Amino acid sequence: MSLNPDQIQQLARLVRLKFTENEADDFSGQLNDIIRMVEQMNQVDTDPIQPMSHPQDMKLRMRADTVTETDQHEKLQSGAPASDSGLYLVPRVVE
Amino acid sequence: MECRTVLEHSKALRGKEYSSLELTQAMLERAQSCASLNAYITLSPEVALKQASTADKLIGKGKAGPLTGIPLVHKDLFCTKDVRTTCGSRILDNFISPYNATLVEKLQQAGMVMLGKANMDEFAMGSSTENSYYGPTRNPWDHERVPGGSSGGSAAAVAARLAPVATGTDTGGSIRQPAALCGLSGIKPSYGRVSRYGMVAFASSLDQGGVMALTSEDCAYVLQAISGFDEKDSTSVNQAVPDYIHSLSEPISGKIIGLPREFFADGVDKPVSQAIRESISVLEQLGARIVDIELPNSAAAIPCYYVLAPAEASSNLARFDGVRYGHRASEYSDIVDMYESTRSEGFGPEVKRRLLIGAYVLSIGYFEAYYVKAQKLRRLIADDFSKAFEQCDVIVGPTTPTTAFPIGQKTDDPVQMYLNDIFTNSANLAGLPAMSIPSGFDNQGLPIGLHLIGKYLDEATILNIAHQYQLHTDWHQRIPEGYA
Repeated sequence: MSLNPDQIQQLARLVRLKFTENEADDFSGQLNDIIRMVEQMNQVDTDPIQPMSHPQDMKLRMRADTVTETDQHEKLQSGAPASDSGLYLVPRVVE
Repeated sequence: MECRTVLEHSKALRGKEYSSLELTQAMLERAQSCASLNAYITLSPEVALKQASTADKLIGKGKAGPLTGIPLVHKDLFCTKDVRTTCGSRILDNFISPYNATLVEKLQQAGMVMLGKANMDEFAMGSSTENSYYGPTRNPWDHERVPGGSSGGSAAAVAARLAPVATGTDTGGSIRQPAALCGLSGIKPSYGRVSRYGMVAFASSLDQGGVMALTSEDCAYVLQAISGFDEKDSTSVNQAVPDYIHSLSEPISGKIIGLPREFFADGVDKPVSQAIRESISVLEQLGARIVDIELPNSAAAIPCYYVLAPAEASSNLARFDGVRYGHRASEYSDIVDMYESTRSEGFGPEVKRRLLIGAYVLSIGYFEAYYVKAQKLRRLIADDFSKAFEQCDVIVGPTTPTTAFPIGQKTDDPVQMYLNDIFTNSANLAGLPAMSIPSGFDNQGLPIGLHLIGKYLDEATILNIAHQYQLHTDWHQRIPEGYA
């Protein structure tokens, strides 16, 4: 499997990046090298193996449904690029 | 004074040989005179001097712990509320965390003094600290070479004696590989041992915080302070932390050391394999028994890791959207363009590569072939370790196949760069504790690292073996020229 610059542009949209044509060319070369390396995985037969998603065999811990956080919205919003009256400002999405 | 270990400083501070304030000032001055190393992203003199005077008061009252008043550097992906946390990225250039990471909080409680934040590969993605928005860090042993990465700023700072100890994080080798390349002792504890709360996430099932220092003994003291259950981290292990310091002094006779055939194959530079074999003889002379073991799926670790880590990263890094914190592009046409422009300006090339790979291996049609396949290999790799540990207490080999490489040598070839992690990333996939300690030098005077992998939650044994090795060798006492 290899990726052409158009497919790179498509993947870029998925992760919210944008590339010039030159950039897409550069990335497609490097990504194809990486994918070729990654495909060495196919040398190992893994048919009956259960996938492992995490190093721990554990259940997620539950806690009591009580309030543990205080209202810190001013502090948390102080680093936002644009905010007003407790709201984060973004370009208009609904006309 | 600057070249001492944590424990030597600790003794001197409590013996009133010098104060924490004097030590801190000397370290801050040293950092400025060594600015060309680019070990720091941010120096924090105000915080440091304040913490040092608090420490001096405690020492004066006789209330000092072993770490009180000792200066340290944090890798710049631990959130600190008094100093910005950039993760080596433009996208977080102006980010001030509203809270401290648990690790930061614990070391502050222990009385340690934060000198500043260390340089790193952007979002910990890299093996050379060349992928930083703030420029590459240089290796104190040879300024034209990389210090390793991603915790390269931490490694360079300790190797150059700008601080006796630094924190780091390790997702695929990012503590151990720079420790090896800079001649340090560095430990990545078991997954879940050290809280990840406030550690900016790269690959959440692999990331683990740890310590880089001049000796294994220093690592043990700092690891003791940062380990333990934290309810703020959903994957934190709720088990008692053993006394790492107490077990350092145990004899290692009778300990069984496994040598995986796969870690001594072709591709390891001769001076490295020679130094590792000599280190193994030292351990044998100390009474350890050596057995040959097999880790048959080792070769799959790199491909497996470079599917899983980017997949997790592409999801974790979705949070950087220019809305809630961090950089936002100044020009955009609509909200999607705002996201795309912000992220394209904010992330460097290696982060972008990994986001693309992550999106690819998770996309419909490729998910089974790549992501699920890698998860199955992860199980095989973890099972190999379980089987090997039925025969031995610890697994030993080289940390890296080569010593430090020249700056710029591998930047255009990501796959070559990834191969640096060939011996380190299987411990992350399996969640095992692992460490690197200095074990010799090549003919260019560059340090070589011995890699020790322990059983899950058994940091104590690798620290014990490392400490006993260091009592009988002096590789860890060498100082790079010009930094004595």
